[in-house]
Amino acid sequence: MTEEVIKAEGLTKVFNKSLVAVNHISFTVKNGEVFGFLGPNGAGKTTTINMLITVLKPTEGTASILGYDIIKNANTVRSLIGVVPQEYTADEDLTGYENIMLCADLYGIPRKVSRKRALELLELVELTQFKDKRVETYSGGMRRRLELACGLINRPKVLFLDEPTLGLDVQTRAATWDYIKRLKKEYGMTLFMTTHYLEEADALCNRIAIIDHGKIVVTGSPGELKDSLGGDIITLSIKENTDVSELIRSVGHIKEVKNENGAYKIKAESGEVTGPLIIEALRRKGYTVTRLSLTEPTLNEVYMEYTGKSMRDTEESREAFRAHRITLRRARA
Amino acid sequence: MSSTNEYHPSLLRGLWALTVRELKKWLKDPVMLLMFVLQPVIWMGLLGKSMNIKEMFSPTSLGNLTIENITIPGSMVNPPVSGVVVIPGVLIAQQLQQIFSNIGTTVMQNTFGVADYFSFMAVGMVSMIVMTTAMFSGMSIVWDRRLGFLDKVISTPVPRTAIIFSKVLNATLRAMFQATIILALAYMFGLQLSPNFTLLNMLGVYAAILLLGIGLSSAFLAFSIRSTRMERPMQIVNLIMMPLMFASNTFFPTTLMPPWIQAIAHVNPLTYLTDALRQLIILPLEVSVLITDFIYLSIFAAVLSIVGIMLSWRYLTR
Repeated sequence: MTEEVIKAEGLTKVFNKSLVAVNHISFTVKNGEVFGFLGPNGAGKTTTINMLITVLKPTEGTASILGYDIIKNANTVRSLIGVVPQEYTADEDLTGYENIMLCADLYGIPRKVSRKRALELLELVELTQFKDKRVETYSGGMRRRLELACGLINRPKVLFLDEPTLGLDVQTRAATWDYIKRLKKEYGMTLFMTTHYLEEADALCNRIAIIDHGKIVVTGSPGELKDSLGGDIITLSIKENTDVSELIRSVGHIKEVKNENGAYKIKAESGEVTGPLIIEALRRKGYTVTRLSLTEPTLNEVYMEYTGKSMRDTEESREAFRAHRITLRRARA
Repeated sequence: MSSTNEYHPSLLRGLWALTVRELKKWLKDPVMLLMFVLQPVIWMGLLGKSMNIKEMFSPTSLGNLTIENITIPGSMVNPPVSGVVVIPGVLIAQQLQQIFSNIGTTVMQNTFGVADYFSFMAVGMVSMIVMTTAMFSGMSIVWDRRLGFLDKVISTPVPRTAIIFSKVLNATLRAMFQATIILALAYMFGLQLSPNFTLLNMLGVYAAILLLGIGLSSAFLAFSIRSTRMERPMQIVNLIMMPLMFASNTFFPTTLMPPWIQAIAHVNPLTYLTDALRQLIILPLEVSVLITDFIYLSIFAAVLSIVGIMLSWRYLTR
């Protein structure tokens, strides 16, 4: 098996000859990785995923999954991947079990095998007791789990998750991630996901790409991305009224010191080690530290740094927006 | 671990799975099912029974005939008699009424091919239900697209042909099912079957429905597949349904229509379906006419389904 499970090269999608949704992006996802695609609404996350899962045809460029080209070998790609879409796509009029079996049929899995797999998966996502109930009666969390089960019926080597926790409450989100982690462990897949919940990306992804305006602005592990911001921020105040910026700078690993009306904002690598050193240095010169706080950068700061702080109006197509609303409405129901 | 998956779906398997899904959805909504059957039943009851055309020729529609006695000079009768002969008006009126009602049956027979309008119209109703079902059921693809179901199906290795054909097959199966119900109900309400009617004719009925169903539903599928909203295809159906229905022999024989409507009726596939059904169900079967009907319907089905399916295929992946 190739080490590079997904390899995108200059992937581009232009809608209606003018709207550039995805603009020449290239990236690789390694075997067994959880790769997160982060970005504001309309950045091109869903469009990218839809190209990778062969639903949209790229306008330019291509990608390969496990060495198979998404355009030339689309059908092979399809049989190797699993998809958990953003919307709730399960048929409301059918039962959970019927929905999974329908998916199995679409992959051409023989009934004998698929019956066993379906029951296993239902057990895994804890829907066994609801399997003969119509999906209509399911809650948002249950529907999400059913989508997961459907996406896994063909034992995919790569699982694509498009905003898997969109519209779910905090508890259900946490529970959904537990399922995803368990499934990943069970089946040893590579995961490609999009999300705009940063804490989820931070906790789950091995590597992240931040995409904005259809372009990847930065790629790296959550740790690398945070470090790229220049380290932790220590804020401290002293009793005395003298400027000690120079003194602080003389302590090692300090990158930047700003005096904001007696409160010092210090950018430093490994703040938890540097902090005590600064206090020590100040005390030795006879200053008294009255207050100190340490902030480690979160993915939030990384995200803001790379995508800009302004809120975005949705640039997604009306269709995508409507689908989003339908999903939310169903999740609430 | 091999890097390809061991299973691949066959066309038939996928087609069957997707069609069963649609049929299950349909059967699980008994209210909609009832509405679909109820509508033509109401039409049948109201139009077929209220437009009691045969009654126009009953003696009562002549009203109270008062005919004065006619006096004829005796020399004009054969053999001649002397004086005058008086024919009582009442007798003439009676005769006229008798003749009138005899003419009625002949006129009905010559116009509609059968003696009662209800039988004529009930078969037309079957065509109507076939047409509406075929046009409407392809539209569910709009919902499939909006709810993301279509994208999910596209992301599976199921043959694309199966995705498109499942919609067409579903529409056609529904149309056949409903046609059966309507025919059974019509029979209960007094449809006069042709004396030559056998179960074999029923196979012909299904074949004709299949052809029109395939043609119409492929055309509408191609149209709906690009729409993101239900309203547009819905409006189109509404727009063309009435003209298709009335510019055909569904409710009235085309021979009595003005030439320009006849011209439309002559290319309207509904005319050929209705005629084929009438030939098979209520008329004394004319084989040459039936063959013409079937040839036309086959061409219609072939052309529209090829065009429809090709377009649908193109629009499936954006």
